[in-house]
Amino acid sequence: MSEITPEVVAHLADLARIALTDDEIQKLTGELGSIVDNVAKVSEVATPDVEATSHPIPLSNVFRPDVPGETLTPAEALAGAPEHASDRFKVSAILGEEQ
Amino acid sequence: MSELITATAADLAAKLAAGEVSSAEVTRAHLDRIAAVEPSVNSYLHVSEQAIATAEAIDARRAAGEQLPTLAGVPVAIKDVLCTVDMPSTAGSRILEGWVPPYDATPVRKLRENGLVPLGKTNMDEFAMGSSTEYSAYGPTRNPWDLERIPGGSGGGSAAAVAAFEAPLALGSDTGGSIRQPAAVTGSVGVKPTYGGVSRYGAIALASSLDQVGPVTRTVLDAALLHDVIGGHDPRDSTSLTDVWPSFEQAARRGAQEGSLKGLKVGVVKELAGGEGFQPGVLARFRESLELLEQNGAEIVEVAAPNFEYAISAYYLILPAEASSNLAKFDSVRFGLRVTPQGGGTVEQVMAATREQGFGPEVKRRIILGTYALSAGYYDAYYGSAQKVRTLIQQDFSAAFEKVDVLVSPSAPTTAFKFGEKTADPLSMYLNDLTTIPANLAGVPGISLPAGLADEDGLPVGIQFMAPARADERLYHVGAALEALLVDRWGGPLLHRAPQL
Repeated sequence: MSEITPEVVAHLADLARIALTDDEIQKLTGELGSIVDNVAKVSEVATPDVEATSHPIPLSNVFRPDVPGETLTPAEALAGAPEHASDRFKVSAILGEEQ
Repeated sequence: MSELITATAADLAAKLAAGEVSSAEVTRAHLDRIAAVEPSVNSYLHVSEQAIATAEAIDARRAAGEQLPTLAGVPVAIKDVLCTVDMPSTAGSRILEGWVPPYDATPVRKLRENGLVPLGKTNMDEFAMGSSTEYSAYGPTRNPWDLERIPGGSGGGSAAAVAAFEAPLALGSDTGGSIRQPAAVTGSVGVKPTYGGVSRYGAIALASSLDQVGPVTRTVLDAALLHDVIGGHDPRDSTSLTDVWPSFEQAARRGAQEGSLKGLKVGVVKELAGGEGFQPGVLARFRESLELLEQNGAEIVEVAAPNFEYAISAYYLILPAEASSNLAKFDSVRFGLRVTPQGGGTVEQVMAATREQGFGPEVKRRIILGTYALSAGYYDAYYGSAQKVRTLIQQDFSAAFEKVDVLVSPSAPTTAFKFGEKTADPLSMYLNDLTTIPANLAGVPGISLPAGLADEDGLPVGIQFMAPARADERLYHVGAALEALLVDRWGGPLLHRAPQL
């Protein structure tokens, strides 16, 4: 059986920056438990002698000449931002009161 | 129905080139059809306001004597996962509602350069996570064959659009079957090219090592024509292959000629062609197609792919892992939604509130699952093992392709299921992808085309062919050959038997 508990789900949600509700945490605990039990099957054949594949078609690093290409203008880059000030993205406070 | 909307893209291209019809007329016929059937189908998230103007500009260039590319003037629908500068691109998510990207995806740019006329953006499961479009934040698309059933997913919008004659051509994206499974359940044609065959630049990423953009159409020749337009190397995608590709149009035309199957070795993948979960009507149509191939000179052999049974497990580790990383960019800063908690908050709290409100249930499920699979202490057991399974699946494909030219299986284990049938149990939805996932894990190309209607429910069944990486040409050859034989037997295209909407 998997080790998925509500505490684990809450911790994962925190790492993934999703403010899950308590109901969502309860529901996901059950669902993830059964999914993880099922996908754990991969370990049956993943023996030490098998190499890992990260990419379907082997490719080496791809380089291009270091010359300026076409880039977005600041206005284009900012066009979809929820908030911006002059030529910059505007974010909420980085530090909370307790920091 | 107007002949302008039931015609194939190849026929429309010929009529446009001969001056028998204008692009504006063809485009208007499709916009009329969209207006008439969208209330029941819901294929489109956005219909372009510039389509007629684009079509008229093509007509003007043709009238001025300009030599235009083959598909110039033919309308096309675009899956909402692809960035378009003139239409919102939401990937079916609330978090991107109304977002208009500052650049075009490369396949979209190529459509425009070739004079195709974008009709609009098609519906999909949120961020392409799903097999039914039920996870679209904007409501599901309905299957034109039966409005109470799913059109497949994630690209149900593109498949339903072509099946309901709302577009002759569409673009899709296929990470674990999102082009091929919707094609199967709607009686249309879909191709997942070799990984790297079509640029992913501007395709909103789900799982970068699996995603591939491809054509969604009603005929194999139309898919080939569209693939010829969108394929090829793109320096903006570092995984784009530098190969020079043959003409897929020519491959399809050769395949449709009599005798083209002689000597072709077709391998039936034992693990994907029966057993638990396969509907009898799907298997009956599948076997009939094999008999037809054999009667026309193909050699049918059975091949084993023993590690395919681990494919779904590996996929549902690799995909969530890559997705959890790719979707980290939806951070409430650079684009999309921002939700500020009551009384304000730090950037982290704003981010968490935004993602809680902006993402739907399946996206949250997979991000959390991916975060788990990548956690310290679990990485080797889950993600590491899944990558090893990927190696084993590639080895199964290599061994099979030493014996045969193409592999074959049903495209999906069942016909279209009813809404709500699989949403209560995420695992049951995942198992639906067992026939399509192996190709993505190995990067090989696959095509789904209609094989007939299942006896028990009268709904479309799809047959899938797979070829070695870089041998997409073979899919168009064998696909066009079988399609010609089946259409001849049916006395016309299968989609003409779909109920009137």
